[in-house]
Amino acid sequence: MSTATQAATETPPGPMVPEPFRVTRRHRETRDTWTLELEPVGGERILPQPGQFTMLYAFGIGEVPISVSGGIDGPLSHTIRDVGAVTHALCAAQTGAVLGVRGPFGNAWPVGAALGCDIVVVAGGIGLAPLRPAYQHVLRNRSDYGDVAVLYGSRTPGDLLYRNELQRLRGRFDIQVDVTVDAAEGGWRGKVGVVPKLIASARFDPGSAVALVCGPEVMMSFAARALLDRGMAPDRIFLSMERDMRCGLGHCGHCQLGPTLICRDGPVYRYDELERLMAVRGL
Amino acid sequence: MFDTETSVIAPEALTDLVRALADDGFRVVGPIVRDGAIVYDDLESAADLPIGWTEEQDAARYRLERRDDEARFGFAVGPHSWKQFLLPSRIRLWRARRRDEGFEIDEEPLEVAPLALIGVRACELHAIDIQDRVLLGGRYADRDYAARREGAFVVAVNCFEPGGTCFCVSMGTGPKAEGGYDLALTEILDGEHRLLVEVGSERGAELLRRLPRRAADHSDVDAAAAAVDGAAERMGRHLETGDIRDLLARNLEHERWDDVATRCLTCGNCTLVCPTCFCTSVEDVTDLTGEHAERMRSWDSCFSVDYSYIHGGSVRPTGRSRYRQWLTHKFGTWYDQFGSSGCVGCGRCITWCPVGIDVTEELAAIRATEGGRDGDD
Amino acid sequence: METIDAVLRDVALFDGLSADELELVAGCGSNVRFKEDELLFRDGEDADTFFVLRHGSVALETFVPARGPVTIETLEAGDVVGWSWLFPPYRWHFDARALSLVRATVFDGACLREKCARDPKLGYDLMSRFAQITVERLQWTRMRLLDVYGYAGSD
Repeated sequence: MSTATQAATETPPGPMVPEPFRVTRRHRETRDTWTLELEPVGGERILPQPGQFTMLYAFGIGEVPISVSGGIDGPLSHTIRDVGAVTHALCAAQTGAVLGVRGPFGNAWPVGAALGCDIVVVAGGIGLAPLRPAYQHVLRNRSDYGDVAVLYGSRTPGDLLYRNELQRLRGRFDIQVDVTVDAAEGGWRGKVGVVPKLIASARFDPGSAVALVCGPEVMMSFAARALLDRGMAPDRIFLSMERDMRCGLGHCGHCQLGPTLICRDGPVYRYDELERLMAVRGL
Repeated sequence: MFDTETSVIAPEALTDLVRALADDGFRVVGPIVRDGAIVYDDLESAADLPIGWTEEQDAARYRLERRDDEARFGFAVGPHSWKQFLLPSRIRLWRARRRDEGFEIDEEPLEVAPLALIGVRACELHAIDIQDRVLLGGRYADRDYAARREGAFVVAVNCFEPGGTCFCVSMGTGPKAEGGYDLALTEILDGEHRLLVEVGSERGAELLRRLPRRAADHSDVDAAAAAVDGAAERMGRHLETGDIRDLLARNLEHERWDDVATRCLTCGNCTLVCPTCFCTSVEDVTDLTGEHAERMRSWDSCFSVDYSYIHGGSVRPTGRSRYRQWLTHKFGTWYDQFGSSGCVGCGRCITWCPVGIDVTEELAAIRATEGGRDGDD
Repeated sequence: METIDAVLRDVALFDGLSADELELVAGCGSNVRFKEDELLFRDGEDADTFFVLRHGSVALETFVPARGPVTIETLEAGDVVGWSWLFPPYRWHFDARALSLVRATVFDGACLREKCARDPKLGYDLMSRFAQITVERLQWTRMRLLDVYGYAGSD
């Protein structure tokens, strides 16, 4: 077969076609959140950067953007919260089930550019999932960074993600892990309060730190304000933004946030660029 | 190099033009009269063109009217744009079926017959270029759009009869076609009824050679120029475009948004008729057995509440925020996203808005009363 | 062991007080220690003290029938616990339980109230600082009231 004919018959599938990935492991994190580990059925592994997302497809049901929560040093993993028809189907996928994956899309947390800096990871709720590859990267290259703090808040102790991993991180001597919940019944001996309070007491140098923030938009606003109160400059604070997405390619228009397209120019943004946009209601 | 010699053809030669393109295997589409409007559809022959028709257009107003001549292109633009052929309102992207090892996907076969677009106005050439930037100019190319664009034959038409809502001059997009076409026609009614033909590509030159024609002389060129210049002087609307991107960025809380929100029905007509609006949605469907699935892509509009829905609700729940999104995107943030304005001044949104909202008026009002603040969304 | 004076100078709450004022406040303070699970104060009791935590953490709790003790807020080293000593009816609204070994400086609120009555400037300075704490706690409580991690329309 000539090369020309070969090329014609082996055109790679377009970017709207999901690649089949098999669920190799399934772990229930909380009452409504599961982590799935995925392996490609036939093709190549994908190598997502921390902060990127994929479009996950449940056969016949639909597709949603989900942040990558692991995949450089291990299997591709996604932590998914069951909030609608598609996420419900994804969360129900058993080991061996095949899902579709497109991507990875979007930009990355600036961990590479933050060499030598203190790193402050601030997460709320499921916002810890997109930050996990970031703190994993930092820990794999620990000597490249200064003080490292992971500050995490969720609704209740039952809603905390990656509890075992966080406990293991706590056991290290070179990372601060501070967790708080909005509300707790008896039995919880940890902190009850808000994430901004954790920011106020974390150990880092505001002049040389880089903050990576992810969670509900309101929570990110409060956290950013607390980081600014600590003396951080707004161009060293990074947020991960979310909007409706239908393609991930910059073609469908849905993920617009003011002058940007989140699938292409985000989801990671510098706070000084975002501040003005977040202040306009219903933008 | 192709033969750039400007020629003149008789109106009857358009029949030969259409036939030649059909014979070459093109799907020929162009303006016809249907349902009380001039719309774009398949052209069986040049006789289907709106011979002797024109339009009367204003805000929320469109009427067909008879001309007192046999002009083939004596009108501006109707409710259709070429995006219905290049970015069809609903297509299948792929079909999938379950397999033991998961599923298998077959992408939809790409359109076989290339398109020949007859009668593309200068503003529309710009609109196509703008959509090219969005759908082909980024990191990913839209597969279906790329296939339809590839090999499309473009016969442009220079306007001599602008519409009542046209403002291409303000937007720098017309009335003269500057490029992006295979052939460009300028209809001359002054004296002998004829069409000046300019060549824009090798393919265009090759097609022209198959038509009965004569070389253009100075009087032909001058008459054509006069017709187009006349159109430029009779624009229905004007828009001050200086600093418009920053003007809108500075006025996201202007009280005019409240004002337009009392009128806007969020019906989305403007987005349907706009030649640059490109937003789409994706729908995954399955048959009753659950063994077969399809992914469909269809037009979407930022005016629908669902458009900005994420868990918990819509980011733009009010008409005010949705109208603001559309207008500030079209005239402002489009520059940030794609490096140009999103508007080509065709005026369709003004004509086809059921309540007659005029974007040039809205923008002028914001410019005139800059800093006029309002309350919350 | 640190003197109360030295402790006060470290506490953000007392930042900006004059040396004289610090001495006045220090005069009402003494060091105290609680074992894990010991109560610092109980809901309903007279509130005549406030604490500045030096080590450990404290949970503010309220008892809800059929649910048991519910933690409203936890406070750590550097935080002030208790403002009810400043405002009538001078009664605690919550239980405060040590979640670990707790070392704190306890201040005699009744004594301080008397000093503030005689020295309005001291009164104003303390009142404005405690007001700041209450505002901050209110902000945090409002943030949690928003239930940001839940989704509208979900359970």
